[in-house]
Amino acid sequence: MNGGKPSGKPGGRPRSRRVLPGFGLTLGVTLGYLGVLVLIPLGALFLKASGMGWAEFLKAAGSPRAMASYRVTFGSALLAASVNAVMGTLMAWVLVRYRFPGRRVLDALVDFPFALPTAVGGLTLANLFAAKGWLGRWLEPMGWKVAYAPAGIVVALVFIGLPFVVRSLQPVLEDIDHEVEEAAATLGAGRLRTFGQVILPTLLPSILTGFSLALARAIGEYGSVIFIAPKESEIASQLIWYRLEEYDYAGAMAIAVVMLVASFALLAGVNLAERWASRFQR
Amino acid sequence: MSIELKDVSKRFGPVAAVDRVSFQVGDGELVALLGPSGGGKTTVLRMIAGLEEPTEGDILVRGQRVNDVPVQRRNIGFVFQGYALFKTMSVADNIAFGLKIKKWPSAEREARVEELLRLFGLEGLGRRFPHQLSGGQRQRVAIARALAPRPSVLLLDEPFGAVDAKIRQELRDWLVRMHDELSVTTVFVTHDQEEAMEVASRIVIFSRGRLEQVGAPRVVYEEPANEFVARFIGVLNVLELRVEGGVARLNELTFPAHGVAEGQGLRIGFRPYAVQVSRNPREHRYRATLRHVYFLGVLMRLELATPSGLVVRSRITKDEFTRLGLAEGDEVSFHVREYRVLARDGDGLGPEVSAVHHAGTLGEGI
Repeated sequence: MNGGKPSGKPGGRPRSRRVLPGFGLTLGVTLGYLGVLVLIPLGALFLKASGMGWAEFLKAAGSPRAMASYRVTFGSALLAASVNAVMGTLMAWVLVRYRFPGRRVLDALVDFPFALPTAVGGLTLANLFAAKGWLGRWLEPMGWKVAYAPAGIVVALVFIGLPFVVRSLQPVLEDIDHEVEEAAATLGAGRLRTFGQVILPTLLPSILTGFSLALARAIGEYGSVIFIAPKESEIASQLIWYRLEEYDYAGAMAIAVVMLVASFALLAGVNLAERWASRFQR
Repeated sequence: MSIELKDVSKRFGPVAAVDRVSFQVGDGELVALLGPSGGGKTTVLRMIAGLEEPTEGDILVRGQRVNDVPVQRRNIGFVFQGYALFKTMSVADNIAFGLKIKKWPSAEREARVEELLRLFGLEGLGRRFPHQLSGGQRQRVAIARALAPRPSVLLLDEPFGAVDAKIRQELRDWLVRMHDELSVTTVFVTHDQEEAMEVASRIVIFSRGRLEQVGAPRVVYEEPANEFVARFIGVLNVLELRVEGGVARLNELTFPAHGVAEGQGLRIGFRPYAVQVSRNPREHRYRATLRHVYFLGVLMRLELATPSGLVVRSRITKDEFTRLGLAEGDEVSFHVREYRVLARDGDGLGPEVSAVHHAGTLGEGI
């Protein structure tokens, strides 16, 4: 201790003073909370699946029926999230940029799919698009079968993912400086170019945030899909449920692990894209 | 003639933001549109740019009527108050934006961007994003972007409003030098009379949508066209006098009555530098107490109170102040060397002026 720096209090060890106290405590609580809610269940899942041999795992997770369910799940989820990205951008644009009677009502309606139990949503959509339903009776004669067809799954997933892009985009749109658009105009840019080259790049990070939220929600969705999905194409969650009903726990786990890893990879990919899109902010 | 406005008005509903304004800007001139906020100067600038449509009147750029030419095709450079840089684009892409629209070949485009970066002291910053720049640098990028496609006119809206005082001074000097080098016709809006006087070769003064005077800084300062200009440019002592016994009088201060009838009112104004002060209480005509001394750098501002309580402001150099050996609380004498009649009764000017001084309504320093 000779020649050392004077410590804070006699007998006490030197303490760093932070402007915001409580880092240790809050981090501890956060880790414990995430551990109980997320890490331990996930760990248990992997542990259970690791009880199977590789051959057994591949047989359960790679069966033609399982592969078909992954295609349906991820295919419809990606499609639905993409539809939501485009339509959500449009809706957010209308809600933020224009003032019209009923705007607040419309704005509140966007949250509706969040509040509604998804099973109710699925049932309603199935009825609406059924052959005798209000919309189905017009669409089916034109050859567009929605209810009890793969398209029905996409419609259900679009419905439940509707609010994400709208809500992530609204604050950013409100922040856009009107002068920036005028600046583009003084430099000779027309509306299309101003939107495509000036406004859209600003919105892209938030569109991707909304897209990834809608995608995650769509991959995990179950309640609404089961009412509108056709018998011949099932989503992975349905298959897991059937496996559980057959007391094939290991088979269910194997599919669940594949879903988990694939979802993680997909979301990580979207996050990378989002980082790239927001490079101008760093 | 680079820009010409002929009886231009802009009405928002019943309110005339700009009321029948006409003026001209010559080729290569550097002109300031000056006035208090809400005076209509920014609206005039935006109408020249095509961002706002005039309700009446004609706007000509290089002799051509541009009322119906959309903003995209007016070939003007506009610098916004908040810079309005494209934040998702690098500095170089910001500057190149207008060139791409005009379909410059990429080699010429790159050369032009390089040239502007060098000219504006932004070398090496081409790949940065706007948020990585200082306020002064952003300002220069905004001007470079506006100038890149070689516009026929450069318009700037409150160009120095958003930076701190020291940078503001640098940017002013820099704008003047830039203008000398490029000699592009430039019009800028400001509410700061000092800034307008220092930077512009001519000043167009607005108040409540009307044009009050156009002239060189020295002309509007020394020969203001009306009371508004006299009071807005520089600092002015204003006195409301009444003619009694052949002289205009306010308490102990008297001025010649200029043929105004007995009992009528007269308003006069005089610059603080026209007030001569002496330490000898008998040397000049009026006696006063030196109530306050304000240090303004090379100038001193003195506040004199006459025995009846009138307050008169004077300005002398620091050297003179030292030579006179003045101190707060001294009994002094003063007189007014030059003054100007601002209004007589019946001229229709507002009666809102009270009898006490009205000096220093705006910035100090002139």
